[in-house]
Amino acid sequence: MSTAPVVVAGASMAGLRTAEQLRAAGWTGPITLVGDEPHAPYNRPPLSKEVLAGKAGFDSLAFRPRAAVADVEWRLGTSVVRADLARQAVELSDGGSLSYTALVAATGMRPRRLRCPGPTAGRHTVRTLDDAQALREALTAPGVRVVVVGAGFIGCEVAATAMALGAAEVTVVDPLPLPMAGPLGELLGGALKRRHEQRGVRFALGCGVTGFEGEGRVTGVALADGRVLPADVVVESVGSIANTEWLDGNGLDLADGVLTDEHLRVGGRPEVVAVGDVARFPNARYDGVPRRVEHWSIPTDTAKHAARVLVAHLAGTQHGLDPFAPLPTFWSDQHDFRLQSFGAPALGREDVRVLDGDPDGDVLVGYHHRDRLIGVVALGGQQAAAAAARYRAELLRQPAPTA
Amino acid sequence: MQVVVDMNKCQDHGQCVFAAPDVFSFDETGRLAYVADPDEALRADVEEAADVCPLQAIRIEG
Repeated sequence: MSTAPVVVAGASMAGLRTAEQLRAAGWTGPITLVGDEPHAPYNRPPLSKEVLAGKAGFDSLAFRPRAAVADVEWRLGTSVVRADLARQAVELSDGGSLSYTALVAATGMRPRRLRCPGPTAGRHTVRTLDDAQALREALTAPGVRVVVVGAGFIGCEVAATAMALGAAEVTVVDPLPLPMAGPLGELLGGALKRRHEQRGVRFALGCGVTGFEGEGRVTGVALADGRVLPADVVVESVGSIANTEWLDGNGLDLADGVLTDEHLRVGGRPEVVAVGDVARFPNARYDGVPRRVEHWSIPTDTAKHAARVLVAHLAGTQHGLDPFAPLPTFWSDQHDFRLQSFGAPALGREDVRVLDGDPDGDVLVGYHHRDRLIGVVALGGQQAAAAAARYRAELLRQPAPTA
Repeated sequence: MQVVVDMNKCQDHGQCVFAAPDVFSFDETGRLAYVADPDEALRADVEEAADVCPLQAIRIEG
């Protein structure tokens, strides 16, 4: 009897990286990747920036898989609809089923949608290549009025790109009082807002959306304060939902993504791991509270750790790894400036200090927890980002803060 | 092993410099510099650098 494959549910960045890392860790057996999108894995960040702006083609996004995964089986345009962890088997959307030796949950997220009343045509999200292609077409129509709902990473990036594409009006709506307030706090949230405003972006903050106007197609966005913002194009960037329904019925904690242990294993089963932004893992570098992390670096970090743990289990050896403890990092390019972060600024929002520069120019901000630096964020040009990088080594050296 | 960086894609994130400091660095002007034919012993570092490049601008040949 031939060996059952390692089945990777999800064929995006986290799935690809895990397959590559399984090979790097010594797994020579079969690997099957199952992914609902018809496309081979591609890089998503440019979907709200360079590619949306037309500076890079959609075909520039494809990852170049390592040669070591040339022999893996790809089931694209297919999703895993159910898993039976006790039987070590999954069912696929095409009616097929697969037994597995080990299972990797890499199904990622999908955009959350607003449930308010009104037409759906003209409302966009940005998660997939197909989403971005449709949005680019809408944004490049002459004189469009754009309303972006949600002032997080994607909302702020799309607003900047829409301005660059020549939109007549771009307004960002959010119930919070500042853009990106969650990850950045007030000081940088305020600085970010001013920069956007100087470049023509309008804000309607502290105000939720109650509905969409229009017959058959959206023409306006109704706000809780009674205003209606005229809109030809609406972008919903209001967070995301973990794709975990396929794991229902296995007794797992799927409250917000797939809960893992400190080695990314799931449900006490050594042959099941979760990777990428669907994994809710404790970070031993910080307080040990399990969190999902949607940063671009996480698929690669989780893939490397989970693959080593999995291959050691399959080989009947000890993995010998310390608990997973990645140093978070994120960036965001908006207009002509970049945000660059290292560490966990969100855990130090109560004690924010300007380390260098000033908030209206290039600025480097430190976030502290119990008087110790826990994260840095630079806002500005290349020099500011380079200044943030100089703190990376210090943040890496620090022991975990005790909660 | 040959390393090729697509400098049209590179946006100076510097993640490769963290991953493989013996191969990638920034010059005095802040522009990326790299060793095009690094020692085979550095392969794991270079692969890591290629993985973590946000623009996926690093290609390894051979």
